[in-house]
Amino acid sequence: MKVKLITGRSLQQGVGKETGKFSIEYFNNVAICELDPSDMETLNISPGENVVVKTKFGEVILKAVKSMQAPHKGVIFIPYGPWANLVTDPETHGSGMPNFKGIEAEVSPAKEEKILTLKEVLEKISGGK
Amino acid sequence: MEKTIYNAVCTICGCCCDDLEVKVGDGKIVEVKNACAISLSKFQNYNSEERIIKPMIKKNGEFKECSFKEAAEKASMILAEAEYPLIYGLSLTSTEAIGKAVELAEVLGGVIDNTTSVCHGPSLIGVHDIGVVTCTLGEIKNRADLIIYWASNPVFSHPRHLARYTIFSKGKFRKERKERKLIVVDVRKTATAKLADIFIQAIPNQDYELLSALRMAVKGEEIYLDEVAGVPVNKIEELADLMISCEFGVLFFGLGLTMSLGKSRNIDAALSLVRDLNEKTKFLIMPMRGHYNVTGANEVIAWQTGYPFAVDFSQGYPKYNPGETTTIELLTRGECDAALIIGSDPAAHFPVSAVKHLMKIPVITIDPHKNATTLISNVVIPTAITGIEVEGTVYRMDGVPLECKKLVEPPLGLKSDEEILTEILANVKKLKG
Ligand code: SF4
Repeated sequence: MKVKLITGRSLQQGVGKETGKFSIEYFNNVAICELDPSDMETLNISPGENVVVKTKFGEVILKAVKSMQAPHKGVIFIPYGPWANLVTDPETHGSGMPNFKGIEAEVSPAKEEKILTLKEVLEKISGGK
Repeated sequence: MEKTIYNAVCTICGCCCDDLEVKVGDGKIVEVKNACAISLSKFQNYNSEERIIKPMIKKNGEFKECSFKEAAEKASMILAEAEYPLIYGLSLTSTEAIGKAVELAEVLGGVIDNTTSVCHGPSLIGVHDIGVVTCTLGEIKNRADLIIYWASNPVFSHPRHLARYTIFSKGKFRKERKERKLIVVDVRKTATAKLADIFIQAIPNQDYELLSALRMAVKGEEIYLDEVAGVPVNKIEELADLMISCEFGVLFFGLGLTMSLGKSRNIDAALSLVRDLNEKTKFLIMPMRGHYNVTGANEVIAWQTGYPFAVDFSQGYPKYNPGETTTIELLTRGECDAALIIGSDPAAHFPVSAVKHLMKIPVITIDPHKNATTLISNVVIPTAITGIEVEGTVYRMDGVPLECKKLVEPPLGLKSDEEILTEILANVKKLKG
């Protein structure tokens, strides 16, 4: 399904980052993708199942979460963090600021796929060292 | 023995709440009053197993603990040998430490940038172009009868903003919720939007169009369309009327404007809208600054160099050109050959192309906690936490400086960011002759 990706702050992300970047809270609160309930139905995904989000810049596996900030049909949300940044758009248009919001993306079910840990995300970026 | 420290400043978000009541017993924090959920999490966890106590240098891919002196010497050597080092972060530290970092950047002939680059950098660029009509949060608390949060979700990002400064605050002239109107413009029905009297849901990346349409409506010009950014024109006109008819309005805007297509142009449009509104009523605008001292980083760097962020000293004088001297571009183009990161986690918050270069160059991180960036660093220097273990000045999002307090002693031997930077600066001066 084609969607627009927004990354941003969430209360749970804030709490998670203060708990610790390697804490289970941070992982559970940040390695997620919030979807509009109607989009979840169309995709046949239940909360807690994994999805894959792909953009021109990369792809990432995340846990699907039913958005509490719906309706936002056709818009998905990933909290700021290393998982979101596997798919954000580095284009700054000469402003210093990458496109962290409103990125063209595709989301689909990936029930069998595993979510990378923070360490694995960094290994993936470095090219698998 | 127990004691209570009143009016402590919370060092997390740009609200810089200065009314925390912290009870300390046996040298430990036992209770914190007035804190929000994020703040409580910080007070509960700042000394967890993710705290770094010992400095570390990476040798053959493995971290080895070392003394502060060794770590500072190694860091100084890396920086002094680099041709074009980058100093980045600085929004989670004191104004005093930021001053030292600027001096260090100048001595090194490198670049100093702060996290503004990837939060409200476009806002500052907008302010250079248009100017800004603003005030302090105190005036808003006392007087504002119309509050707009545009592309900002403070219930999540600045949890006490509404209670301390806007709709739920008890001001001198506006005391109750019903004396103020709240309008939220966002692409999702956020937690803040649910509290709004009017919620306007816009299509992502079309804020510029919506702001421009509002400017037209405020000026009484006709909009020859049915809707703009997914918002019906009659709703836009209604909004314009509300804005014109308020007595004291304020537009707070968040990263939804700076991080979407249009970037600083979105800010130009918002600043211009507020300027236009002042022909008809009193209206102000303020960015929702994220980290507790990101405003301070802009202030200090601007006093000392003339520019608020992304300052390049490689020519021997300060040069500022966002898009060229900003961190994301410097890293993506692969230009910097060393980086000093202070109180920030760019490896977690930058796009892959920028992180990749960071992984190729020597990185020194000064931070109290482990994070993605400490993992990829060559030298890690732990530090005492500003506002908990050391005092320091910070700037609230409206530019009001506040003094943070020291509440407890830092774990054995930990120095402040300022002390560590002072030591590195002295070493670098010697090395550079
Ligand atoms: S709103 Fe911000 S400054 Fe205030 S207590 Fe919460 S995190 Fe701290």
